[in-house]
Parts: sequence; structure tokens; C-alpha cells
Amino acid sequence: MGYTFAAMETSASGRAHFRIASDRALIVYFDAPAKKSRSKAPPLQIAAESHEQVRRLLRLMELEPIPGLRNLHPAYCSLLIKFDAMKLRHAELEEILRGYMGRMKKVELPEPQVVEIPVCYGGEFGPDLKDVAELRGMTDAAAIELHSSRTYLVYFLGFAPGFAYLGDVPEQLATPRLTTPRRSVPAGSVGIAGRQTGVYPISTPGGWRLLGRTPVAMFRPEKAEMSLLRIGDRVRFVPISPEKFAKLKLENA
Amino acid sequence: MSLIEVRAPGLLTTVQDFGREGFGPMGVSASGAADPVALRVGNRLVGNAEGAAGLEMTLIGGSFLFRERTVVALAGSDFGATLDDKRFEVWSSIEVQPGQTLRMGPTRSGARCYLCVRGGIDVKLFLGSASTHLLSGLGGFEGRALRKGDVLKIGSAGGTFRTFRKASVAAKAMACLAPRKILRVTAGPQSDWFSPESQKAFYTGSYFVAEESNRMGLRLEGAAIAAASSGEMISEGVSLGGVQIPASGLPIILFVEQQTTGGYPKIANVISADLASLGQLKPRDEIRFVPAELETARTLLAEQEKWLASKELILA
Repeated sequence: MGYTFAAMETSASGRAHFRIASDRALIVYFDAPAKKSRSKAPPLQIAAESHEQVRRLLRLMELEPIPGLRNLHPAYCSLLIKFDAMKLRHAELEEILRGYMGRMKKVELPEPQVVEIPVCYGGEFGPDLKDVAELRGMTDAAAIELHSSRTYLVYFLGFAPGFAYLGDVPEQLATPRLTTPRRSVPAGSVGIAGRQTGVYPISTPGGWRLLGRTPVAMFRPEKAEMSLLRIGDRVRFVPISPEKFAKLKLENA
Repeated sequence: MSLIEVRAPGLLTTVQDFGREGFGPMGVSASGAADPVALRVGNRLVGNAEGAAGLEMTLIGGSFLFRERTVVALAGSDFGATLDDKRFEVWSSIEVQPGQTLRMGPTRSGARCYLCVRGGIDVKLFLGSASTHLLSGLGGFEGRALRKGDVLKIGSAGGTFRTFRKASVAAKAMACLAPRKILRVTAGPQSDWFSPESQKAFYTGSYFVAEESNRMGLRLEGAAIAAASSGEMISEGVSLGGVQIPASGLPIILFVEQQTTGGYPKIANVISADLASLGQLKPRDEIRFVPAELETARTLLAEQEKWLASKELILA
């Protein structure tokens, strides 16, 4: 076959290895995928160490595009690279990426934005707040306090346009997904899944437990910067009243 | 401006081109034609650029009234089309006069039929593509499937034409491009999470396409594949044609409206040359998986590309 799944050392601190994802996609993992974990909630703290390397490689590939590439799918500790199979081979791409990784340390990452997202917690906007609080043995107010106490990191965008995977949710609040996903989650819903949290930009089916809702649009196809959040940004959730929600909703409309 | 009026939309008809690659970092799915081979051939039949936007019809076709003279082609599955009650064969082009209606019915073969019009369907591009992404309601015609009464614009890219010569597809090319039900796959990024017994079950069993399949994913029924060494993994980028094994053990093939990332292990990935075949699978179709080497996959794709680019493809 002329191509093996060789692991390699990057010049950065962590280890990287490559895997064939398809006949026209290669995936780079920083650190080993946590395949031994039996935990329902992905152990994000492991990912956090490799996440910066994902961002560095992504940034370098954006600054110096590789001919024949078609798409990039960053995630917690991996980057999926889709390419034109008629123009590139996996081994050739791996070779180029080794070169990039050697220079990754010097890459300047864009200054992260710190974005405040107002959230009206509980009630009809957060139908799972009570269950989450009960499951974790605390009051609704304590759950809101915990969720809005942290500055979260945008690990990556995925699932739907503008959907940011944020972490890490405080351990005391971490709750698994719903057993049966909802057929339709309203746009703006703020949910948690394990130690992840995020905002549904559009109305879709979804299994995250909903704590509240934001009146702010997360994905704005009419704007030049379509997604409110970018990989590497920081997010704070700010509790607001239903009245404030209604007011902001009007202003954003 | 030339217009098409939707008299009946069919079961699920959307505007599609080759989709929008390159926006994975924003979480935007590529979308695009479920059977891009058929769309390409259809566009070649009417003299369009290969990636012009056409109408993708699903299982039951629609009826379309043309207000002006134009050239149209059908490619993909046979939906029993007629033009003003005269039979119009799939994989051919025809000149349409103002006031004529093209009618399609239920499929007589696979899941999708493409209607291509000279000049292409003219919709506002979203991130460089005319493709509809149904889940997010973006792209295409108002981000949705067509409804009765919609009026579509035809693009001007085709220019004016004076003469028309009926075109069809060479039989030899048709044989090479025919959709397959035995899908060739390369290993997936988590293939080694599955025991030899699970792999054997996957490659020897037959699977049936489930009713709830759609452009996001093809859900399969058949032998459940024993869950991998770990039920849930850290989410990672996923590729078109990836065969993921959720907790139920029943495989799901990630399709054109797939999410950009996912958290289920993937046992295999359908080769590029067989992706168009996925677009012709309909509920209850029986399929099988056979393993292919990376080099074989590349050779098969090169052969397919050669046919699609060849002068001998279209007979005029």
C-alpha cells in the first residue's frame, strides 16, 4: 500500500499521529485519541492540551494554503483534512504537514475575542434546568450560578453552522445527554452534554440538556463574519431576565 | 428572463450543485447533489458547466411548466418522465417549447433523478454554492424543498441558442457509471476499535436501507455490529461516506448533509468512486460492503473521472 499509520513526534511538545479517514481525507490527532475512556463525557481536559496544536496547525494551513485541499474540520484534539484525491496522496500530504508541524510553534494565533452571551435560564427556555439541578443535587439558582461562573473556551465549531463546542463545564454540573434526543430544539437554546456546553444556532434535533436560551443570533448568514464565535474565542454566559430577553430579541430582530 | 413554474414539487425536490466545501471550520456542511455523477452528466447533456445547479428529485418527481424555449435533460433514475404526455427518456436532452409541461412520477429504478436546464437554475449563492442544506435551511431556493407555485429562474450562463441537437449518453459509459449496491470501502479511522468478529459480521452481512434515511445519513438495518471498545469517543471531523457505528450497532453512512463532526467510531468509509451510488439507494434496498485498498480506490476514481470528462460520454 505504500502508506502506514506511523506515529510521529512533532517539534511542539505533544505527539501527533495520522490516520486515513477516507480515500480523500486524512486525520491528524494530537495525543492519542482517548479510546480507553469509558466515560460518557469526553474528558476535555485531555483535549485541552492538544487543542492549541490543532489551532496552530489550522492557522498555519489558513495562512499558507496547501494546493489540492478541499476542507478542514477541526475538533478537540484532531484535524480532519479533506483533499482532492486526484491531486494529492495521503503520504504526500503527511509529508507536507510534517513540515508545517515543524514550524507550528512560531505561528501567531489570532487574538481571541471574549464574547458575552446573555442567557435567560430556566422556564420554557431551559426545560432541563430543573432535572440537571436535581440530578446534581443543587438548587436551580446554584446550577445557573455554576454555568455562568466560567469563561469557556471555543474548542471548535461543528454539528451545525455556527455551533460552538464550549468547555469545560464545571465538574459538579456535568450531566450526560438526554437518552432520547428532542426532535426539535429551538434556535438560541443553551445546552450541556457532559462537560461540554453550547448554543444551538438554528432549530435542529438535539440531545443536549437545555438550561436556557439566548436572544443573540449565533449564525448570521447576511453578515461578513457569519459565525458569532470562532475557534479559540472565550465565552461568558450572563444571566438575564425574561423581560431583558424580550427586549434584546426585539433589538436583534 | 426565463422561468420555470413548479406545478407539483414531487416528494422532495431541491436545488443542488456540487456543494460548498471549505467552511468546515465554521461548522457548515458541504451539502451538494446526492448523486453528483448524474448531475454532471445531466449538465453535460444540456451544454452547461458540469457543476451548474439543477433540481434533485427524490423517489417521486414533480411537474414543471416552462415559460420559454429551453433545453432540458434528465439524469439519474427513471422517474417515468413525459413532456406534454410524450415519453421523455432519462439520460437524454430535449428542446422544450413555451407552455410545455415536464411531468415525472414515482421512480422505476433508484432514489434520485436530476433535472438540468441549459443555463442552470439561478438562485442566490450561499458561500459560493447553490446547494440547499435542508437541516439548516440555508442555500438553494429559500433554503427549502420546492413547493407548488414556486417560480424558478433559469440562469443566463447557457446563452441564447439557435439550433438544438438531441443528446444522449453512450451505453458504454452508462455501464461504467451505473450505481452499485455492493459498496467498496476503505478502512475507517477507528477500524481497529472493532474486533475481527465484528469486522467479519460487517463485511459478510447484508444491510437494508432504512426508511428514516435522508440526505444527512443512510441508516441501515441488519446485523448489529458489536460496540467498539469504548461507546463514546471525543468528537472529531467526519468525512462523507464514513460508516459510523452508534450504540445500537446499526451502521449509519454519513451523507451529503452530514454534520461536520461526530462522536461515533467509524468502521469504514465508502470510496469516492462509489459515493454517487449512495445517492441512488432507496429504502429497503439491500447493500453489502467490500474492503478496498487505498490505491484501488484511487484507480477507480480516476477511471470514473476519465469517463465523466471524456468526449465519448455524450452522443450528439
